[in-house]
Amino acid sequence: MLNIALPKGRLGDRVYDIFESVGFGCPAIREGGRKLVFENEENGVRFFWVKPSDVAIYVERGAADIGVAGKDILLEYQPDVYELLDLGVGKCRMCVAAPKGFRDDTDRTLRVATKFSRIARTHYLERSREIDVIGLNGSIELAPILGLSDVIVDIVETGTTLRENNLEVIETICPISARLIANKASYKFRHDAISTLCRKIAEEGSLSDD
Amino acid sequence: MMMQEVLKNEEQAMLRLRALYRRYGYAQYKMSKFEEYDLYARNKNFLSSEYIATFNEPGGRLMALKPDVTLSIVRNTRGSAGTCKYFYNENVYRLSAHRQELKERMQAGLEYIGELDVFAMGEVIFLALKSLETISDRYLLDVSHLGFVSGLLESLGLDGEAQGKMLRCISEKNAPEIEKLCASLGVSRENCERLMTLASLYGKWEDVRETMLSLCVGEKMRSAVAELEAILKTVRALGGTDALYLDFSTVNDMKYYNGIVFQGYVDGLPTCILSGGQYDPLLKQFGREGGAIGFAVYLDLLERFHTPERDYDVDVLIRYDDATEPAVLAGHVRRITAAGESVRATREPEENVKYRRLLSLEGGRVKEADDA
Repeated sequence: MLNIALPKGRLGDRVYDIFESVGFGCPAIREGGRKLVFENEENGVRFFWVKPSDVAIYVERGAADIGVAGKDILLEYQPDVYELLDLGVGKCRMCVAAPKGFRDDTDRTLRVATKFSRIARTHYLERSREIDVIGLNGSIELAPILGLSDVIVDIVETGTTLRENNLEVIETICPISARLIANKASYKFRHDAISTLCRKIAEEGSLSDD
Repeated sequence: MMMQEVLKNEEQAMLRLRALYRRYGYAQYKMSKFEEYDLYARNKNFLSSEYIATFNEPGGRLMALKPDVTLSIVRNTRGSAGTCKYFYNENVYRLSAHRQELKERMQAGLEYIGELDVFAMGEVIFLALKSLETISDRYLLDVSHLGFVSGLLESLGLDGEAQGKMLRCISEKNAPEIEKLCASLGVSRENCERLMTLASLYGKWEDVRETMLSLCVGEKMRSAVAELEAILKTVRALGGTDALYLDFSTVNDMKYYNGIVFQGYVDGLPTCILSGGQYDPLLKQFGREGGAIGFAVYLDLLERFHTPERDYDVDVLIRYDDATEPAVLAGHVRRITAAGESVRATREPEENVKYRRLLSLEGGRVKEADDA
């Protein structure tokens, strides 16, 4: 039985479609409801829904053999897993954003509000820029408006939230998309199942947003 | 009661490992829980984490709780001539990966220090396989050769930073990211394909040999393949099983290791339980000639490995009253333990103790006996 952790929400639904299209589906999952675990004995898969930021933890600790996580989560938490495929869905960008007309005063420590403190630190470390990371858990856009921070580091999909709050992207750190990850031990002991799945997705699965 | 019930998983494994290593002529190396901090401070490059837990001795010397055993063994044997074959069973003190808490971790391990030849390397790999076998019958050992990986990386002429990024992608088997990285570094399509194949390669020697040979650019890669072949032949001749896989994403630490590296897994544990390789650079650091190879087994991981939940604390619970003669009670206890069952005699009712059978004694007589 292959245990697959999927991120709850819109991205998870789209990723599940990919799994189903290559013959690793589990029809019961379409019925909805509050159930979290779905099993299909015929093709030996068990899906479960978890909070997107938790997928990497389930996979790293082996509770799931494989899973789907955003590149943002992988960069931030650096789990010890294999990153096998770029699924090409859930595309967005990790960006630095600031109030419109922002002038970076390189004389001073830059105050950065973010959910992704490691990504922010790494990004500015590469530029040898001294920063003060302000770790927040939500409504990051609020921080520069209230003067809590100078800039924010966050995921930008359409940019609507930024625009509505009079912020703009001043720098793109890296593109983000959903990745197929595997537990290192599972990859070895269930090598056939996992490599077959990967090959099929790479060959047939729809790997784009279009 | 069987020995297996009394000993914990990790303790049983340790006993079996000890017997195994002795059978192949390795001697146990016993050491202190702490060493002078200087030893680790001077050799930080060779430690897996920067953090070292320290304390002051009454005399003022700064001491450290051992974060690593190999370093101590190499240091303490640097004067001895000839070959050293040691095994150890020690606790080390390291930070946990994510939570940054200090953890005590029980390790067993084995070190071969001296003139390193194909047989010595083959024997150590063989003992790594056997070590895994003592833990589970579903196990495998992934083997890589850093000469093979660095041979390819060096042929690309990348700088240190780019090499580091590439190594990270290889260790993640991250073919999509390797492709992107190659494009940004201007690596040719042909070499990019090589890197992606190298990272994804996984299988037994017979199945991957051809691919490995096709990846070879330069003498360094070819001699790595030849060395692997000779070592694996030795492992087989010693009676090693074929649970041996080539996996070049096993890069461990390139600063520490220089030749063959390997990691062992057992089905049911999410991370590797055994890790090791050839570490000549550490010997050079201590001004010693020759080579070294060894591995560690992370026994603390076995704590939750296939341990059946115990339904009972004790087989028989005897509840007795004031009127029960001690000698009568003792007679019951003796009879039950002699029959191989565990027993717990108590005067007070104990809510939390789970038992298989209850024996109530009132005035020395068995009042009730029932099966729980």
